[in-house]
Amino acid sequence: MNPSDRNGPRADERPEGRPTDLPVLLPFAISKNRPPARLRPVHGWLLCGLAVVALPAWAQGGGAALSPLEVVIKWAPLLLTGFAFNVAISLMAMAIGTFAGIGLGLAMLAEGRVLRRIAWSITQVFRNVPWLVLLFFVMFLVPFQVTVFGIRVPLPDWVKATFGFSLPVMANVAEIVRGAVRSVPNTQWEAAESLAFTRRQTMWRIILPQCAKRMLPPWMNVYALIAMATVQASIVGVTEMLTLTAQVHAAEGGRPELFAPLYGFALLCFFLYCYPIDRLTAGLERRFETR
Amino acid sequence: MIEAVQAWFQRLYETTGFNFTVFYDPYDWNRYVAGLRMTLLLGISTILISLVIGAVGALLQSGPSRLLRGLVNGFVVVFRNTPPLVQIFFFYFGLGTLLPAMRTADGLRVPILDNVQWAIVSLSLFAGAFNVEIFRSGIEAVPKTTVEAAEALGYTRFKAYRHVVLPLALRVCLPALNNNLINLLKTTTLAYAIAVPETLYAVKQIWSESQNVLEMMLVLLATYAVLVGVLVWIMHRWERALRIPGYGR
Amino acid sequence: MAGTPSQGWTPDQPIVRLVDVHKSFGTFEVLKGVSFDVRKGEVVCIIGPSGSGKSTLIRCINALVPVTAGSIQVEGIEVTDPRLDKLALRRKVGMVFQQYNLFPHKTALQNVMMAPIHVLGQDRREVEARARALLTKVRLAGKEDAYPGELSGGQQQRVAIARSLAMRPDVMLFDEVTAALDPETVKEVLVTIRELAEEGMTCMLVTHEMNFARDVADHIYFTDRGVIVEHGPPATFFASAQDERTRRFLSQVL
Repeated sequence: MNPSDRNGPRADERPEGRPTDLPVLLPFAISKNRPPARLRPVHGWLLCGLAVVALPAWAQGGGAALSPLEVVIKWAPLLLTGFAFNVAISLMAMAIGTFAGIGLGLAMLAEGRVLRRIAWSITQVFRNVPWLVLLFFVMFLVPFQVTVFGIRVPLPDWVKATFGFSLPVMANVAEIVRGAVRSVPNTQWEAAESLAFTRRQTMWRIILPQCAKRMLPPWMNVYALIAMATVQASIVGVTEMLTLTAQVHAAEGGRPELFAPLYGFALLCFFLYCYPIDRLTAGLERRFETR
Repeated sequence: MIEAVQAWFQRLYETTGFNFTVFYDPYDWNRYVAGLRMTLLLGISTILISLVIGAVGALLQSGPSRLLRGLVNGFVVVFRNTPPLVQIFFFYFGLGTLLPAMRTADGLRVPILDNVQWAIVSLSLFAGAFNVEIFRSGIEAVPKTTVEAAEALGYTRFKAYRHVVLPLALRVCLPALNNNLINLLKTTTLAYAIAVPETLYAVKQIWSESQNVLEMMLVLLATYAVLVGVLVWIMHRWERALRIPGYGR
Repeated sequence: MAGTPSQGWTPDQPIVRLVDVHKSFGTFEVLKGVSFDVRKGEVVCIIGPSGSGKSTLIRCINALVPVTAGSIQVEGIEVTDPRLDKLALRRKVGMVFQQYNLFPHKTALQNVMMAPIHVLGQDRREVEARARALLTKVRLAGKEDAYPGELSGGQQQRVAIARSLAMRPDVMLFDEVTAALDPETVKEVLVTIRELAEEGMTCMLVTHEMNFARDVADHIYFTDRGVIVEHGPPATFFASAQDERTRRFLSQVL
């Protein structure tokens, strides 16, 4: 008999059991290899469609007033403008947060102990405080204008809100950077060192390029989260989609049966925006995992 | 003791202008404590309910019924990919006004669920959707052969689930579960938007009446730092208690 | 209890009987008509090249794998019956796997005690006494409170054997139980199995340990490509194999 036979189970002989080596000692890891067709878009469409179509139909109100569906259609352009504003805020917050987060993440990996400690504390605080609390913090404590080199720069609410959202992004990105750099095997550092690379060169030319791919899925995940969080700006008085939704509702006479379709429309917009990102993230994760 | 603390904060205000009203004004203190209680109520109840939703959802997802699987998948997809704040509004304003209401003796409309209950419902569903995914990946991580061994010993499907699959799956998914539950605790602040008097709401009331935004902001930050810290500590204790010697890393 | 024969079965009849068993996975036919009998107290070894269906065959006997056609009887229980009482079958048939498959979240003692308590509903104290005795029997006294992850492969495999024995089976199935072990721990597991065989336990082994098969088996079956090519008592089987395939296989492994 062929000696290689003894080393492991033969897949062809027991198609019902996956060949695993010592299952007891398998590492703890959540398997991310979920089958691709697990969550099919059709489910989401069904539920969101239900929210917008079925609810208004069920709640048909008086004769003269517009039907809930007509109200949604009538105001859709305005509401979509609001949604575009949410997207804009999220993109800006993401850009600022990513930039600051990479710096903070590298600071957490710095050689200086003090710098490492400070960076770590900042990350912890901004990761663990509720985003809404951070938003309040920025809205109330950052002045409405700042003076830079004698020039007064006004800071409108939405700018402050963007800044408020970029804080948690920063902390989460920092954590992603740190985790990704940590996951590169130590031998890479040693190899670079033996080739006389400086620490900085090693980081930028060898380590970071390797983990860029690894950082992409969690980074996209953070983006989806921040995009969904932008509606919280309405709580602190920034005019965005949710604020407009409430205003539209009031403009249509504040009929209670309009709430569900209007908020359902907001749910639908965000779903259509975030679900593809979610799928893409999961797809990338799977692809990177198998390589 | 209490008097000493109160006197200290009173003096702090008089000498430095730092006005921590919560720590010397019994009225503000009571509001703050009531808010804290509400946050704890929201946090604990939504954590428990979302765990149940996650466990039941994960079971249904691996069950035989295609319809149920589809429904659970749809639920997970929708609640993961829409903003929790809009979910809360949709439930509280949208569904809350559509549901039939009871009337009191003097004809006042009393909704079946009040804002606190709606907040609990929608936050639980939101976090539950994530828990379903987390539990499912945990169950999938249990080796098929281990389940086979249980079957060979005569375990029924259900008993194998209870005694072998679930205990192992729970250990595998605990880190992810940790994260989600901590996130949930932070998300309870969104109940502020439907006027649930939780910590953020109470603190904001205090600072708008006592004009001490900065001080109350610091109290707020400290409060959440402590709450999250306590939850992290509990979860770590739990993780340690469940650790199996020689298993995993 | 576990030893009670089913209706129509008496101990002088074969304890395990396979009649023309077929098994396909999709279009791939793994077993193409396998028949044999095992008598009570017999030790049977199944050998053959990889992919010949040995593991599938042994898994069919305790209904882990449903057969496509044919009949399998264990103490008169028809395994292929769609209304099969799996619990009744698995009380009679114990199984040990190549990868041990211990429950990693339970100690060695708990692993042995779990099934009698959860499945048979037996008294915890009585089960514990039996479990301790079984662990002593497989030379693991003192390791009761160790978790599987803290034990070597050979130790884990012996716990797995004790776990199966705790159900007081009439037949034990061993599916390449030494294939995943370090060479130095193979022996301790084989010693345990040999003791079991000498005590009169009916054993069916899929194995690559030819010397062990020669020493312990009452009867050897050689399978290749889903059929039994040749069989016989070890003395004749190893000395004078008739079939060309058997001879080639034996020349490779011996």
